[in-house]
Parts: sequence; structure tokens; C-alpha cells
Amino acid sequence: MRNSTQKLSYLQAIVEAQREEMRRDERVILMGEDIAVYGAQSLFDEFDHSRLRNVPISENSFTGVGVGAALTGLRPIVDLTIASFVYLASDQIINQAAKLRFMTGGQLKVPIVVRTSTFYNNRTAAQHADRPYPLFMNIPGLKVVAPATASDAKGLLKAAIRDDDPVIMFEDINLWGKKEEVPVDVDFLVPIGKADIKRAGSDATIVSVAGCLLPALAAAELLAREGIDVEVVDLRTIAPMDKETILASVAKTGRLVIADNSHKVGSVASEIAAVVSEEGFESLRKPIQRVATPSVHIPYNQALERQLYPTKERIVAAVRAIL
Amino acid sequence: MSLDRSQQLELYSRMLRIRRFEEAIVAHYPVGHLSIGQEGAIVGACMALRDDDYVTGTHRSHGHPIGKGAAINPLMAEIFGKRTGICKGLGGSMHLTDTSLGLICESAIVGGGFPLATGAGLSIQVRKSDQVSLCFFGDGAANQGTFGESINMAAIWKLPVIYFCENNGYAVTTSVAASHGQPDIARRADGYGIPGVIVDGQDADAVYEVTQAAVDRARAGEGPTLIEAKTYRFDEHSNRLAIPIRYRSDEEIAFHRNERDPITLYRARLVAGGLAAEVEAIEAEVTCIMADAVQFAKDSPEPELSDLTDNMFSNPINFPVTREGIFGDA
Ligand SMILES: Cc1ncc(C[n+]2csc(CCOP(=O)(O)OP(=O)(O)O)c2C)c(N)n1
Ligand SMILES: [Mg+2]
Repeated sequence: MRNSTQKLSYLQAIVEAQREEMRRDERVILMGEDIAVYGAQSLFDEFDHSRLRNVPISENSFTGVGVGAALTGLRPIVDLTIASFVYLASDQIINQAAKLRFMTGGQLKVPIVVRTSTFYNNRTAAQHADRPYPLFMNIPGLKVVAPATASDAKGLLKAAIRDDDPVIMFEDINLWGKKEEVPVDVDFLVPIGKADIKRAGSDATIVSVAGCLLPALAAAELLAREGIDVEVVDLRTIAPMDKETILASVAKTGRLVIADNSHKVGSVASEIAAVVSEEGFESLRKPIQRVATPSVHIPYNQALERQLYPTKERIVAAVRAIL
Repeated sequence: MSLDRSQQLELYSRMLRIRRFEEAIVAHYPVGHLSIGQEGAIVGACMALRDDDYVTGTHRSHGHPIGKGAAINPLMAEIFGKRTGICKGLGGSMHLTDTSLGLICESAIVGGGFPLATGAGLSIQVRKSDQVSLCFFGDGAANQGTFGESINMAAIWKLPVIYFCENNGYAVTTSVAASHGQPDIARRADGYGIPGVIVDGQDADAVYEVTQAAVDRARAGEGPTLIEAKTYRFDEHSNRLAIPIRYRSDEEIAFHRNERDPITLYRARLVAGGLAAEVEAIEAEVTCIMADAVQFAKDSPEPELSDLTDNMFSNPINFPVTREGIFGDA
């Protein structure tokens, strides 16, 4: 049992994480729009419906309801479906959830998990296609995770539910259907704040943020065929960031490319570049390269949209530029 | 206050244009949220508006510009993501915003239109114009904080705004009954001290009449009105969305399609009024308009990367941000 796995998609792994934690701890509840139909159908068969709340379209308030419940003994998971909708809830997330422990001198804890998914590359235009994780990285008091594999999604979500602080998990809609072997152990957790070396290498480091793992690994494969040995570090947790793993990799390779789907100005890539410049400058043999989304909004036109995010080709070109 | 015959024919034509436009989308470029079934509510309301009156709409955006009488070709090209589209292929299906007819926003953020429509009302009042502002919204959107916050401001300042609910019974799969403390959205008006009116959204003439009364009230400086048109969405929430369970019965859908189709009902009224020949001429014309529009959309060019930077700022400063152009990483 301990070492066994089951084949699950990224989204199924998330549902399993919720199921396991709801079984383990009756304080865990789930709230979201249309959850009875999307994502949580099977949970409705198993759990008391008082713990599963199909909410009206009232993001700021139902998120705040989750915060209030978290302050008073529950461990809510609030599903905000699409990442642009987090903006509507951001008052309760930022002004309340992130600050209440500090402002009460540590009297309170806020064990809430906000799930949301980035909906890019999907022909939905700018009001749906945002990837706003850097905004939340800038808020002290929040933990921000962004898994790129089914196992990491499961393990990070379970760790987030068990964590006593507010955690936002950014999922990637383009990974929802991707299947892999996922550990079944109910105590399988992926620690918050730990990056993961998804491919070891010695010539250059690619740090991938969230869903950029796929093009980053594809870029590494392509370069490997030319004898260029690239290390791929999957950031997994955006805040608090695992500086050690990144700095150790750069110390080994001397070259850093960061692939990040968010807009380049003030991106996660920017923060990583700043950290490596400050704390790992001596290891660098060439300038850091950020491969990110340019500072324009996401157009509806699909051919144009596709070009904006980091692609395998753009990542390969960035690595080549610093060899 | 009712429409004359030529206005009724125009109303019929616009409803039919919405229906045929969306059927063409399904056939040629299946994206988006269809208004099929809701045409009576949309066009009935728009017939009470002037070209220069403002409108805000929703993710279910196709009906609003067509209801206001917009040219079809740029709307169809937008659906196809083309550069000749009304938003140059940047906005797409949820955002068919023809500003030449007063549309200022089709918000895919549910509830995003309430403050904007209210702000347009404020602008009208400050500029001492006699325009009005009409805010289309769904039953689900009434649960956003922006609903109450906006209507309250319009009420205290007597802004010329009509809040027009297309109550189609559902927000994605969630019924009105499951998500509203009481199911008549118009009754909420009482909480803000403004009139609330319920109307049969499948009866386009009736919708026109209540909207015209609200518009007259707004133009007279007497403030906002909340109208709730009870209507029905014939198709799925979005034709790109898989719906894994049934949340409404086949009988319910069949009843509305067969007995409550606003276009069928209106056609019968016109034909009974002796307008059969005119109706048939409109039907032939609308068929041609849609065929032309699809061809126009197919033949149109795609937008280019430069269209992205060109449309970001009215007054670009240090933009694009890198010397290399928009990417600057390679
Ligand atoms: C702020 C926000 N929350 C959630 C959504 C997802 N969503 C899109 S349409 C919709 C339902 C809206 O229902 P209603 O207002 O009744 O409009 P209808 O779709 O029925 O026209 C939802 C929940 C969204 N687009 N924006
Ligand atoms: Mg609705």
C-alpha cells in the first residue's frame, strides 16, 4: 500500500486529494460554483452535503465565508474555478485571510485553501486567460503553489489542506487531463516550499514555473539530442520560494533560463532572477534569461495567443543564447 | 405605447438575425454562449433604445449588438477571430462590443457590467444628456455584490439606468431556485426603493412596453428601474462545455422549445396581423445576410502581433517594454 500508485489525471488527483482529506478530517469542507457538476460529483455521493457547498456567483463573499469558517474551526477548500475570478475574491484573500493572523498578534490561524486554475491557450480572451500568480507572491502571509504534475497536485493540495496558513493553489487547465502514476498512500504529501529537479543536467538550468514544465522538459529533450545537458527544476511552490534548490543548480551549471507563463514584468521569473543575481551572482557564466509572456493582454485569436506563452522553441532559443 | 408595424417587422428581423447568426456559428465556428431562446427579451428591450443609448452586456454577448441593430459582418468576423472583426479578433465570442451603437462592454466577468452601466448613467447625468444606459445581466449575476452596490448608487442619484435581467432560469447548471433566497429578481428592487417589473421574456412586444416605460422614466430624470424578463436558454450554457450530468429535464427543454419560442410566437402574431409576405421577405434577407457574413469572415485576414501592441494603450509610454519588440527574450 505504502508504495503503490494508481493512474490518475491531474484533475482526478486533485479530487482524490480532496476526498482523502475530507475522510481524514471532518473539518475539511469544499465550496465552489457548480461543484456538484464539475469536479466534485463523486464527493456528493460520499459526504454529508453540509460539507459540500454549491455557492451562488458571489466570489468575494463566498471566499470570505470560507475565511470566516477557517477562523472558527473548519478547514475550507474554496474553488474559484478560473484564475481571473480570483481578482473578485482578492479583497477577502489579501485584506483578511493573509493579514488576520499578523494583525491579531498571532491569536488567529487561517487554514483555508483557495484553488483556481489558469485557463490560457484556450481561446477565451483576456478576461479568462490570466495567470496571476506573481500578484499573490507579492502578498506576505500567503503561500502560493502551482503544481505541474498529477502527483505534485495531489501531494501539494493535501499539504495545503493540512497547513494552518492560507494557501492558493494555481492549477493549469491544460494539464487537467494529463495522466500519470500517482501515490495512493493517504499520507503522501509534497512539502510546500520544495522545488523538484525533474531532470538532472550539468550544462544549463531551466527553472520552470507552473505549467511551463512541459515545454521546459521538451526543450531539454531537444537539446539533449545535440549533446546539451540541461537540468530542469520545477519550482512547484511559488511562495515561499525554494532558493536553495535553484541556487545549487545554478552553482552547478552556471547558466539560468526561467520559463514562466505569467506576464514578464514583475513575474515569478523576475523574482527568481533577482534572487540568483543577489545570492548566486558568482556562479553565473552568462546573463539570466527570462522566457515569459509579453506585457500585452491575451487575444481571442488562437494563433496569436499560442505564440505568447513560453514554447519549447522559445526556451531552446534562450538556452542556446547563453551557451 | 406599442410598436408600429414597421418597428415590429424590424424587431422580428433582429430576433431572427440573432437566431441565424448563432446557427451559423454552430455550423462554421462552434464557440461560445448562445442566446437562442432569449431573443425576445434582448430585442424587445433594445427596441426601446436609441442608437446613442448605452448598453452593457455579458459573456452571452451575441444578442446585444444584433439587438441594437449592428452590422453583422464585423460580428461574424470577430467570432472567427479575424482582423476585420468588431474587436479586431482580440475580444471574441464573449465580447462582441460594437461601440458605434452605444455598447460599452460585454463582460465575461459575471457582474462586471453593473458598475459600468451605472457609471454611464452618471456620465449622462453630469453631461446633462438625455441618453439612457441599459445593463443586461443574467439571473446568476444578481448574486454579485456589484448588483446591489450599483443599483443603490443609481437609486440615490436617480441615474438614468435600466437594469435588465435575462432570467433564463440557470447559471451554468445552478437553478435560480437553488441560488436565490427568493426567485423573483425584480422584487429585490424594493430594497433599493426603485420600481421592479417582471415581464414574459418570450413576448417581445411586452418586453418592449415595460422597457419603454423604464426608458421614459429614466429620460425624465426619475431614476432607475429593475426589469426581469423570464426567458429560457434552449441550448447548453456554452457549446464548448461538456455537461456531465443533467440539471434540467428533457421535458422542460422541449416545452420551451416547442411552446415558448419567442420567434415562433412573434411570427404567428405578425402573420395573423396580415404581414406574412413581409415576414417571408425578412426571412429570405436574413438568410442572405448570414451567408455573406460567413463568407466575409472566412475570407478575412488574421490579426498580427503588432495588433496586440497597437491596442494596448491610447498613449504608449516606454512601450513595448523591450527593444526587441514584444518578446525580448530570444
Ligand atoms: C466572476 C465570474 N464568476 C464565474 C464565472 C463563470 N461563469 C460564466 S457564465 C456563469 C453563469 C452566469 O449565469 P447568469 O448570470 O444567469 O448568465 P447566463 O449564463 O445564464 O446567461 C458563470 C458562473 C464568470 N465568468 N465570472
Ligand atoms: Mg442565467
